[in-house]
Amino acid sequence: MALELFKEKGVPLDRQVFTWKDLVQRPYSKLDDDAFTRVRVILMNGIESDAVRFKHIAARLSRNLREPLALIRRVEHHQQTLINWLNPSDQSPIETTLGFEQVAIEVTASVAQKEPDPYLAQAYRFGLLEDFDHLYRYSALYDRIEGKDPNYLIQSYSDIRPGRPTSVEHRHPLDDLRRPYDLRTAHPLSKIHALLITAAEFQTHDFYMNIGPMFSDPVARQLYAEIASIEEQHVTQYGSLIDPDQTLLEQWMLHEAMELYCYYSCLAYEGNARIKAIWQRMVDYELGHLHHVMELFQRLEGRDPAEVLPATLPDLVDFKTHREFVRRTLAQEVDLRAKGTEFVDKAEIPTGHRSLLYRDQLNSEGSPSEIAAAGYQWKPGTELVGRVQAIGVGPEGRLQ
Amino acid sequence: MKKTSSDVGLNRTGIQTSPLDSKEAIEGALQGLPSQAGTERGILEVRDIYARESDGLGTVPVPATFKGVFTIAKEMLKGNKPTVFIDKLGERAGFERTGVRLYEAVLGKFDLHGTWPGGPSREQLEKIMREELAHFALVRDVLEKLGADPTALTPSADLVSVASKGIPAVITDPRTNLVQCLEALLVAELTDNAGWELLIQLAQGLGQDKLVEQFEQALAIEAEHLMLVRRWLTAGVTGEARVAEAAGVPAP
Repeated sequence: MALELFKEKGVPLDRQVFTWKDLVQRPYSKLDDDAFTRVRVILMNGIESDAVRFKHIAARLSRNLREPLALIRRVEHHQQTLINWLNPSDQSPIETTLGFEQVAIEVTASVAQKEPDPYLAQAYRFGLLEDFDHLYRYSALYDRIEGKDPNYLIQSYSDIRPGRPTSVEHRHPLDDLRRPYDLRTAHPLSKIHALLITAAEFQTHDFYMNIGPMFSDPVARQLYAEIASIEEQHVTQYGSLIDPDQTLLEQWMLHEAMELYCYYSCLAYEGNARIKAIWQRMVDYELGHLHHVMELFQRLEGRDPAEVLPATLPDLVDFKTHREFVRRTLAQEVDLRAKGTEFVDKAEIPTGHRSLLYRDQLNSEGSPSEIAAAGYQWKPGTELVGRVQAIGVGPEGRLQ
Repeated sequence: MKKTSSDVGLNRTGIQTSPLDSKEAIEGALQGLPSQAGTERGILEVRDIYARESDGLGTVPVPATFKGVFTIAKEMLKGNKPTVFIDKLGERAGFERTGVRLYEAVLGKFDLHGTWPGGPSREQLEKIMREELAHFALVRDVLEKLGADPTALTPSADLVSVASKGIPAVITDPRTNLVQCLEALLVAELTDNAGWELLIQLAQGLGQDKLVEQFEQALAIEAEHLMLVRRWLTAGVTGEARVAEAAGVPAP
């Protein structure tokens, strides 16, 4: 049932309270929970992380919003804590990484299919094929360094195969900027999508920047450095879709609507009853935030929130496999490249183009993503299953 | 709270969980050709390049006391490299100290989960914890007598703590039971026994007869820890599998 944004008031801000015990709850199970529970936890950590980030930057830019920003920001911080601490301790950083890439594939695929604006949808498909490749590169690394099967985490929902090769994703900064939507004509869902995917990619970037140095293996350290650089490009791309002419307060109100939209999507799909109750609580908190900001918007800007927000939440994020859509996009668009704000076939990129020079410079001492995955094809049970067949092992475990 | 470790349930990590999705995933992977030919060999080559440029983990600190300088100089005159002994003593000091915290945490598991036929008693676990503390004190004392700094983190101490960093993670995890924690303690005790054996060889080589004697006593106690942990663990696992008698585990 569609959530009515102006009627549902949620929990008022002064009743949004936590305890340390409440913030640190039992984690989901890496073994038994559905991969999409992990996907939702990772996504919502990213969304809340961006809620905190946005509010800090906004406070630097607005004297009269400092107090309401501080009040809501503190709650967002604690929401983020509660969500992020649902990740279990037996899920290693590289395993969580595989989860991050599954978020980037399946959530972006859902967004790309629902996006009403063809140019924006194209931008999501473009980024999707790059994150799709990252899953493949990290899977190879996980298999080859730890001898473990990436499908422990992916649970067969997403294909593990090359996308647009990471080594050719490196672009000049000016080829990562896109045309923003127009605040006056864009569908509210387009505004929500741009904020949502920017937030998710920002957290992916920050996560890789934090955990990259925790690896011992030099190729792992390099691969995280390389893919973190692409995530910086993706934040540049997706962030540039947001119309900078929107007022700060308008952007804030939309961010709250986006958070609500995401939690409500999580609520619709969650199969773990305990975690579903958390999503419900967060929906109620976000409604409280949204109404608080709507009131500010009316009072400080003298505008009706209905000018910006829809009456009901739009069609939700589909937390499910988008395998066929991803395969189709891969078949049709893997050779697209960015030229300024436009997407063109790679044949249209002239020799000596700034992005080619930029990429060749970075790859000139070797490409970590190519080294990590050279010749790699995922097999159930890891690449070593193939090696067993190649060397021949007898029934008693003896070499033949 | 779960006392058992191996119950059947909704584990979703294998390809048999969802045969339709798995079939698609396998086909998808086969259709995707690698963007570059090769093998995992390239990873080893990059490791090799970095290894050649590497400086190692760090060093054993220069002794700050006259006695320490004297000890080192004396051994060096004999052609020995005494810093190896100090490095490995630092390793044992760190390991025994961590051992106290491991058993402290395991006692909490014991109070919560209780024991099983052939499992540990609280007194036995407490005794091991005190013995780990005593071994920490012994090694710290030896380091001081050699004039070395017992508070420094030596390269071997750092290395072994990296190698065994999963052990406290298992034991302090609220989701693990006492039998599962013994699995982690077995890793610790195996390593610890090997560590003491090596330390004895080093002390022998340096002609430190009194230390050899002290360390042999410590090793005898650590060997008992290992035997007990292995026995408790076997009894716990075979007990859950209900094959205890067939496996020859002694009755409680």
